[in-house]
Amino acid sequence: MTSVKVNEAQLHAYVDGALGEGERGAVEAHLAAHPDDAARVSAYRAQNDALHRAFDQVLDEPHSLRVDTARPVAPARWRWGAALAATFLAGAALGALLHAGFVGERTSGGAAAIARQAALAHAAYVPEVRHPVEVAAADEQHLVAWLSKRLDTPVRAPLLAAAGYQLLGGRLLPPAGETGQAPVALFMYENAQGKRLSLLVRREPSGSVTAFRFAQQGATNVFYWIDGPLGYALAGEISRDELSAVAQGVYRQLNP
Amino acid sequence: MPAFTAAEIEALIPRLRRFARALTGSREAADDLTQDTLERAWAKRELWQAGTNLRAWLFAVMHSVFVNGTRRWRPTESLDALEGGVPERPDDGASVETAIAVRELGAALLRLPDEQRQVVLLVGLEQFSYAEAADVLKVPIGTVMSRLARGRERLRQLLEEGSPDRHGLRRVK
Repeated sequence: MTSVKVNEAQLHAYVDGALGEGERGAVEAHLAAHPDDAARVSAYRAQNDALHRAFDQVLDEPHSLRVDTARPVAPARWRWGAALAATFLAGAALGALLHAGFVGERTSGGAAAIARQAALAHAAYVPEVRHPVEVAAADEQHLVAWLSKRLDTPVRAPLLAAAGYQLLGGRLLPPAGETGQAPVALFMYENAQGKRLSLLVRREPSGSVTAFRFAQQGATNVFYWIDGPLGYALAGEISRDELSAVAQGVYRQLNP
Repeated sequence: MPAFTAAEIEALIPRLRRFARALTGSREAADDLTQDTLERAWAKRELWQAGTNLRAWLFAVMHSVFVNGTRRWRPTESLDALEGGVPERPDDGASVETAIAVRELGAALLRLPDEQRQVVLLVGLEQFSYAEAADVLKVPIGTVMSRLARGRERLRQLLEEGSPDRHGLRRVK
């Protein structure tokens, strides 16, 4: 059997899926001829999987960490530098006020808050290549039952196949604060080009019904609406028109 | 005006906490490290260049907080990475076996030198590219590769020593 010279860095790049097709073929040929290297590669892959199994749970833990924009100086230092701290505080507060978008979202509350939460969740979980979801779509019944139980109300994962998107799976997010203690469900979808959409579903204490609304955070577009006990927000980095079409499809399925 | 909002970095807290948990082996140290990272990132927000990778920048901030406060974040002997057990999950049927495997992995990770553990986690857990990991750690990419190779090999040996009857980490679902 012919064997191509392969170096250590390429073996690791192979483990991490960072090789192009040509190099991948060369590494595979090498592994076929070198069982010791093949065993190492498979052990390293198992390490990556085990790291996710061990620590992905942390992604979904509730926590109370915040960026404290109003109190940037630690208490111990406060005693020694009260004057300096006071100046810093005033500056930080002013900075926060000047950041109009942020203040606007904070004060408009209610419906806009769900759009903001959806955009943030989308940004946080879409880049996860291997583990974007807690429960994969293959286990859809289980996923829907689990999320319905945790939200304490029936939840459905709409089909977006007509728009070219398949369900990847879902995850649970910690409560958002303004909606009380009920957790929040996030469904993720992907199309053939690897573009992802996320649909956030959460309990809405207001129980009102709103029209479709549109919001934007950075490159992420969001359509959101409240329909009785549940609020929905569909987020994605696709054009407003495309997203609107998908959002209407979601709405029609949920309200047949 | 800040280059990013507090909400934008708060959205990345779960990612920072996951890395910090694996890095320090303790929930308390990890949350301290994350909180200090958030404060430092907010204080230094003018240094972030808009349009660049905010996640990589935050991890670089965490790296610098970690190495500058090494004594504080020093992994503890008591491995409470799993304190409170496996959280409620849809499939926690297999949790005893999982919990044992997680503990072994957590313990083995803490026996790696910091610099190797960081690279193994940035690449294997956080899925940074080698170039991004080099950027986070402010070292050449060749250094990332050699630390990764040594770290993974050491981890493999530690896990095989730890559980000879279990073929390391392999566990068929």
